[in-house]
Amino acid sequence: MTSTAQPTPRQEDLAALHSVWDRPPGIFGWFAVVNHKAVGLRYMATAFAFFLAGGVAALFMRTQLAVAENEFLPPDVYNELFTMHGTTMMFLFAVPMAEGFAAYIVPLMIGARELAFPRLNAFGYWCFLLGGLFLYASFLNGTVPDAGWFAYVPLSGPLFSPEAGMDFWLLGITFVEISALVAATELIVSILRFRAPGMSLHRMPVFVWAILAISFAIVFAFPPLIAAGIMLELDRAIGTRFFDPAGGGSSLLWQHLFWIFGHPEVYIQFLPAAGIISMVVPTFAQRSIAGYVFVVFAVLATAVLGFGLWVHHMYATGIPALALAFFTATSLTIAVPSGIQVFAWIATLWGSRPRITTALLWAIGTVVTFVAGGVTGVMVGLVPLDWQVHDTFFVVAHFHYVLIGGVVFPIFAGIYYWFPKITGRLLSETLGRWNFWLVFIGFHVTFLPMHAVGIMGMPRRVYTYPEGLGWEALNLVETAGAYMIGAGVLVFLANAWVSVRSGREAGPNPWGGGTLEWAVPSPPPPYNFAENAVVAHRDPLWVEPSHDEREEYGGILTPDVHHRRETLVTSVLDARPEAIVWLPAFSLAPLFLALAVGAFFVGALTKVTPLMIVGLVASVAVAAVWAWPDAKTRHARVQEGRSEADVPFELLGRQSMDWWAAAVFVLIFGTLVGSFVGGYFYLVAENDAWPPNGFDRPDLLFPALAAAAAALAGLAMFAARIVAVRGGVAGVAVGVAAATVLGAAFIVLVALEQREAGFHPDEHAYASLYFVLGWVAIAHVAAAMLYGLLAAARWVVLADLQDWHLPVVESALLFWGYASTVAVITVAVVYGAPHVL
Amino acid sequence: MGSRRPHASCRRPALLPLPLLAAASLLLTGCEGVQSALDPQGPRAAEIATMILVTTILGGATWLLVSLLLIAGLIRRPAAVGGGNGRLFILGGGVAFPAVVMVALWAYGGVVLGGQDQPDQEPAVTIEVVGHQWWWEIRYPDLGVVTANEMHIPTGVPVALRLTSDNVVHSFWVPALGGKIDLLPGHTSSLWLQADEPGTFRGQCAEFCGIQHARMAFHVVAHPPEEFEEWAAEQAEPAEDARTEVLQRGQEIFLGSACSYCHTVRGTNASGRLGPDLTHLASRQHIAAGTVPLSRGSLAGWIVDPQGVKPGALMPGSRLSSEELQSLLAYLMSLD
Repeated sequence: MTSTAQPTPRQEDLAALHSVWDRPPGIFGWFAVVNHKAVGLRYMATAFAFFLAGGVAALFMRTQLAVAENEFLPPDVYNELFTMHGTTMMFLFAVPMAEGFAAYIVPLMIGARELAFPRLNAFGYWCFLLGGLFLYASFLNGTVPDAGWFAYVPLSGPLFSPEAGMDFWLLGITFVEISALVAATELIVSILRFRAPGMSLHRMPVFVWAILAISFAIVFAFPPLIAAGIMLELDRAIGTRFFDPAGGGSSLLWQHLFWIFGHPEVYIQFLPAAGIISMVVPTFAQRSIAGYVFVVFAVLATAVLGFGLWVHHMYATGIPALALAFFTATSLTIAVPSGIQVFAWIATLWGSRPRITTALLWAIGTVVTFVAGGVTGVMVGLVPLDWQVHDTFFVVAHFHYVLIGGVVFPIFAGIYYWFPKITGRLLSETLGRWNFWLVFIGFHVTFLPMHAVGIMGMPRRVYTYPEGLGWEALNLVETAGAYMIGAGVLVFLANAWVSVRSGREAGPNPWGGGTLEWAVPSPPPPYNFAENAVVAHRDPLWVEPSHDEREEYGGILTPDVHHRRETLVTSVLDARPEAIVWLPAFSLAPLFLALAVGAFFVGALTKVTPLMIVGLVASVAVAAVWAWPDAKTRHARVQEGRSEADVPFELLGRQSMDWWAAAVFVLIFGTLVGSFVGGYFYLVAENDAWPPNGFDRPDLLFPALAAAAAALAGLAMFAARIVAVRGGVAGVAVGVAAATVLGAAFIVLVALEQREAGFHPDEHAYASLYFVLGWVAIAHVAAAMLYGLLAAARWVVLADLQDWHLPVVESALLFWGYASTVAVITVAVVYGAPHVL
Repeated sequence: MGSRRPHASCRRPALLPLPLLAAASLLLTGCEGVQSALDPQGPRAAEIATMILVTTILGGATWLLVSLLLIAGLIRRPAAVGGGNGRLFILGGGVAFPAVVMVALWAYGGVVLGGQDQPDQEPAVTIEVVGHQWWWEIRYPDLGVVTANEMHIPTGVPVALRLTSDNVVHSFWVPALGGKIDLLPGHTSSLWLQADEPGTFRGQCAEFCGIQHARMAFHVVAHPPEEFEEWAAEQAEPAEDARTEVLQRGQEIFLGSACSYCHTVRGTNASGRLGPDLTHLASRQHIAAGTVPLSRGSLAGWIVDPQGVKPGALMPGSRLSSEELQSLLAYLMSLD
């Protein structure tokens, strides 16, 4: 298995390429590095550390439950541990681990030198790390969250959890969710635009498909939880009534928003893991995956269906039977895409006489375990059965089969598979087998009996249980199994420790893999690919491109450096070369932005408003500096036209990376606003009168004027864009200025109307929605104003580089158009709906 | 579907192929069944127990089949499966098979769901359940009965439950009688139950509700209808007057201390609503929401040091002299 044979690049070219892509030395370089491999590795290492922390919490819990009426842990500590165990595994391990794999492997797999937004990637990592530490700081403060990872209201609300624990939780997970959202953004754009020439969508590796699918799922699944988190934090901090039934709120609103996030979240964890299996199995079978098209369809279908079955977590809340039948159907449907993937793996292995490496053992363990979890998933999908086993240890067993069997096992498969790529050395197969069998057997010893103990009546989240209900023996066995898993994980740590130092040298392609990451040395050089790869097959290393294909696509990106980080942009569907873009090098801005955001969260936690304001202002300031091009790049930009291979260095307008990122951000924020508006109408339906008794219908004059101002602002930005395309400097300035003034008018009008409302956000859920939706609109318009001003500043101050700024103006327009729409819709809902309903 | 249900037996779990370990253990430990979904004592639970059995067998067979296919694929001589890169194999195993099974299961689930929706005769009694942290208030509005943590029902007829909470979310679950339903603040949920034979069935809160979620249990006691009538008539009575000196002393302590702020004893001035109604405390089998069996000793421990029995419980401890405690205990144990 050799890489596509190309003329060997000159050593001095490679050295120069290396120095351009390498990180600066020392502590500064450590904090400023943005390379996808460094950041991806940090994601994985940090996520694994949190995995260990969550695992230790699990061992404490299992020790407490080993015998009936145990007094090893007091109830409050047990409740804190299961809350942090779930929170850690869901938010700090599974998703960031997938992001780490994606950040490290995806660019290599698609033949790119870097991700599309390296600084954003680094920012995402710092948000993950700081958010995780924020959450764990609750231990130092002695107020550990204890209302479960699902944080049901009212238990998590101000009345029943008055301590700071839930604030740590709400703010911490929101901080961490920022990282998932920016990772999703950059992965979507990178996967769609950075693939090597010839890697059309139908040649994209399944793992990359899975990452693309979950990135879109994150875009639509995480904002509802952020919206719910904002509402709950406001309930706790300023007394809004979103979730307080006594004030027109609803505890079920939280459950809906939580599970609209929570169920897709399960597939966000499973799909990348299944994607790993879809890479490992073909490599060891030494043949391309069977039924590629079906597998890709299954991946996409799972991501979409994941949004249609959140109610199966709420079967016992008293939802009408017809709705239950519908959600049963959607829940059972998921068996088809899961079945397709499993059967495709078996078909790929069928008669292939694979080498049973540890990586493949984990894949085999995945199939055996995940199928059992799927079977119990079908069982709990059936409403009457779920009424018995919901919130029992049966469900605990079920989702651990899915999440350990279907996520953790594949992650281990991925670690054994890609460890040699990342470190240059193979993990020990002997220790690997101990690792696998201890964890695999320990897992089943722990979780198989849980099915039975749940059916026998043991509810979950209990810190103890009485004797005589027939649960003692099974619980003791489970605890023994848990320690066996722990031993297996220790063996893994030992294996990694030993192998990273003295493991066998791997070489570029130890397994004979077919995808592009195996074409480069292990560990890969900082630039990944000296020349762009040419792809003519789903497994490009197994089927060489033809002479013509090489003629057409080869040598566009060369090792001949221009002292800047270049990578190739290709078209979405067919991966035809479009441009060579310049990527930013190292920067401290990501770290500083994360710290500024962190200051805001700490201010919100400690209720120190000045600190929140400092954090906010600092965030805007760092973002502005971040977005301002540095002098060196500016200078280079003036001199260059097209590359040697006649590929442009620019992508204008809607082709630009900027615009694509802005478009994904619009989807994210739009989903956030949609969650608030959805919450509004949910509460309308929950209340008998709207506006409720004691509240007058709002005045319409100011709101109408405000909506008009917002709409006009959008139009002014549209006009500015038309001028910009024609190169007018003053016109853009005037357009942006007009939009800014109109935006300010909107903010003033809404603020004045709120002052005159005659009620406060804490009086009723109606009042809470009235104010908070208004603030959402104001925040959107304010952000659009800042964005527009930044674009105009670049346009006017650096007027000699207007072609280059055009994408920024386009993106600002896009965001302005979106913000205007949000402003108009929000005003229509807040002020119009009470008149109509 | 009430009386035609298959008879539930202790042998049932031994048939489970998937949780083999569990089955083995069940054989060893016997079949207590006080809180097991596999030991159904009413029509709802019986149908679901059958469903658990059917789906476990079906699921276990599926699991076995897929695992055997995987092993067969691994040990087979070099070959490609089927034609066209295994397309038929994937479509057959991954699409057709699950699609057929899922449609069948969906229909089965729908039929059972329909049967669980409404009882086939008018409920004999309506019972209101209010979830508290961490105990159950149980009211019979038509019978004038208020009790706690112990629900009495007549056998052979459905009873209707109206459930709510004025605090956090709880979930009412008696596995031997059927599935669970959440108690949501601001909402009233409904559930119907039916026990076929007399007996005592344990239930407990199934939705995490705070520090003592684990000790929020209760019992359902099913009586033949005439016995139930007697029980209800006794419970509807106010507490008997304290006759002896010791009892009067105990009542004095009860009414003069913090007890009466939270507890009601009908027929006295004690009308607190924060804790369980104690009018007929001594008729109950347990205290502290199923935590300990009721006896003079356990009651003493609970009154003096509730935090030792159930850490985090909302009942404060009492400082009583030995004489005061004995009088109070005598009084409380007289409330039958």
